[in-house]
Amino acid sequence: MADEKDEHTSPQNPDNRIELERMAADEENKAQILAHPPEGPDGEPLHKPGSTRVVRDRKGLRHVVEVPSTGHSWDGIEEYDNPLPRWWLWTFYATVIWAVGYVIAYPAIPLIGQATQGLLGTNYRSEVAQEIRSFAEANAPIQAKLVETPLDQIAADPELANYTANAGGAIFRTWCAQCHGSGAGGAVGYPSLLDNDWLWGGSLDEIHTTVQHGIRDPKDSETRYSEMPRFGTDELLDNGQIRQIVNHVLALRDKPHDPALASEGATLFADNCSSCHAEDGTGDRAQGAPDLTDAVWLYGSDAATITRIVHDGPYGVMPAWADRLSEADIRAVAAYVHALGGGE
Amino acid sequence: MSQSDIDPPRLYAAREPIFPRRVQGWFRNLKWIIMAVTLGIYYVTPWIRWDRGPSLPDQAVLVDLANRRFFFFWIEIWPHEFYFVAGLLVMAGLGLFLFTSAFGRVWCGYTCPQTVWTDLFILTERWVDGDRNARIRLWNAPWDARKLRLRLTKWTVWLLIAVMTGGAWIFYFTDAPTLLRNLFTGQAHPVAYITMAVMTATTFIFGGFAREQICIYACPWPRIQAAMMDEDTLTVAYRDWRGEPRGKIRKDEPTRSDGGEKGDCIDCLACVNVCPMGIDIREGQQMECITCALCIDACDDVMAKIGKPRGLIDYMALKDETAERAGEKPKPVIRHMLRPRTLLYFTLWAGIGIAMIFALFMRSPFDLNVTPVRNPLFVTMSDGAIRNTYELRLRNKQGDRHEFRLRVTDSTGAVLPGTELQLEGVATTTIPVAADATHGQRLYVTAAPDSVLAQGGQAELILWVEDLGDGVTAQIETVFHGRGE
Repeated sequence: MADEKDEHTSPQNPDNRIELERMAADEENKAQILAHPPEGPDGEPLHKPGSTRVVRDRKGLRHVVEVPSTGHSWDGIEEYDNPLPRWWLWTFYATVIWAVGYVIAYPAIPLIGQATQGLLGTNYRSEVAQEIRSFAEANAPIQAKLVETPLDQIAADPELANYTANAGGAIFRTWCAQCHGSGAGGAVGYPSLLDNDWLWGGSLDEIHTTVQHGIRDPKDSETRYSEMPRFGTDELLDNGQIRQIVNHVLALRDKPHDPALASEGATLFADNCSSCHAEDGTGDRAQGAPDLTDAVWLYGSDAATITRIVHDGPYGVMPAWADRLSEADIRAVAAYVHALGGGE
Repeated sequence: MSQSDIDPPRLYAAREPIFPRRVQGWFRNLKWIIMAVTLGIYYVTPWIRWDRGPSLPDQAVLVDLANRRFFFFWIEIWPHEFYFVAGLLVMAGLGLFLFTSAFGRVWCGYTCPQTVWTDLFILTERWVDGDRNARIRLWNAPWDARKLRLRLTKWTVWLLIAVMTGGAWIFYFTDAPTLLRNLFTGQAHPVAYITMAVMTATTFIFGGFAREQICIYACPWPRIQAAMMDEDTLTVAYRDWRGEPRGKIRKDEPTRSDGGEKGDCIDCLACVNVCPMGIDIREGQQMECITCALCIDACDDVMAKIGKPRGLIDYMALKDETAERAGEKPKPVIRHMLRPRTLLYFTLWAGIGIAMIFALFMRSPFDLNVTPVRNPLFVTMSDGAIRNTYELRLRNKQGDRHEFRLRVTDSTGAVLPGTELQLEGVATTTIPVAADATHGQRLYVTAAPDSVLAQGGQAELILWVEDLGDGVTAQIETVFHGRGE
């Protein structure tokens, strides 16, 4: 075991100290166990030393022979040197032959540019492409039907409603979720699509138009467009006037405000804001001007945020999707958004 | 003969062929009956019809993978009720524990498919080739026309059995008469043919050629069983204190029981020759022994012929062995069976069984599942109301279309003022669900801006579903998320 000449077992090598200590402990343990063999209920040793096996000699006669030990022993459990069944060896050879066949048939060996391609001429990449093609073919009829059906009749058709709910959801999570959130709950500056407050209209037709042409997209001539003036930045109003307008807007919803400033702000609001947000502040969907009297606020409803918006002017944008998605996809995602709870 | 006359130990050993001799007796008859019953159940079950109405299959036992249903006579299991299958598997496991701890390897010896089919294959082998001695002669004989004819006959019969076995398996997964017709006309699904081919090949190889090698090398169960056996477990054992010293006896020579020198074992090797595992039980209990008890039958037969009492080889517990060796009486079998370990296994097994039967009869004719949409937790409406969205899945497990009315209450069942339930795409709160179908429906619960629900944090709600057809009502708890002021 401990060989002076072999550096891996030599006691001279300090690297072997732990290993040699372990082996010494094993030997000690083994000797201890062998000295006190466990006894069965009849008082005889539970484990008989050695094991026997039946073998045949050249004449075909049976003999019982002792099976040698491999010398591996753990807690008195010894590993015998029994031969492996020959059919296991055959199974092993069969797997080797299979592997050779596999390497020939399928892409297998990585080379510098690409892997060997295999005689079957198939690979995962082309299989995926084939799958995508077959799905596109399978979806083609229903997409054609979706484009032909008037928008207001999509929900009534169970087949189309099921398709838009699933395909529209997938499109939404791919292209829309980045801004509107995967649950369409929106974020500051990005409207929630779940509530009943719509900037540009919440009917299926309006949603469809918005998705098609986007909002303030310079590349689309039919895009929805409006621009709130930058009252402070462009010095249209001074800071005092802006404060008065903000107090008037807060007063519209009975939020804490200064009544004196608010009443002066009413005139300023009528002169500067009412053309879009209407006299009573209920907004105008044709211009994308939000309702200032309700509980839904795109950027926030506190005085500081409203002041910043009036001063700097908002400029929210959404890309037009008509050049990126097919009409069927746009209709599917529009119908999906319409059915999220806020559709009108 | 010394060790050196034998070939040196090799790395790989060829299989020692085993030629079990025909045996008659009590345990052999029991094995024939069990074989007939188990094979009968296996081959016949898919052909039993069970009328379930026009929209459902009429096969009594059917694992309908395509429609995700499991039919068992009057029981229909849906995928969400998979716990029944899990429960059955747990019961099967505990049942094996119970039988193993009480009777040892009875599963291996009597009912394991490997044992049953091997037995069937050995039976056909005997019909074709003859009994043990004829088979040994044929094995050693050179390949001539007769050997070839017999081998081809045997393999053909085996292959037919294997094809029937693989074929019967796939009938459990689709309508059997239709599949049988399609199999012959070549119109069945490739998966059916492939499954059948795999099952046929494994039956043919395992039953015809691998046999005991599966039990010894491939099967993990014998190794697990060892953990469940103790001194009270029944195993097949040789009464060496009665049989030894073994040896030939002359006619009327007294054995030790009659004051003679020799034991009862006449070393006739009947027990070795009938063993399908190729072991000598007189060497003691061994890893290979599947306790099929054929050696008991063989030895009893010999004992009867030489006028000795039966039971030189017998079912025995280790405790009995110790007791008999010391000259005491063995315990009756029933005393071995009733002990804490087996009672515990039985209690667990029966408990799960009773719980499953209870659950089976408690099943509602419809089933509901509601998931609050948590992205976002709530939606603020333009008037400041707070709305929560839920996805409801309503399963109608009945054979006809039913209408269901929904309503929500607080956790005590009281109506919530200022709270409205709306359904996506439906004007009312009533939804129809087709027969044997699952309906997905999005629900909205809107709480008025100044209501407790809207202002609070998380509150519990109960959704009630009433079947308008028969008035059966089910409820499910869910939560409402308010603004949390």
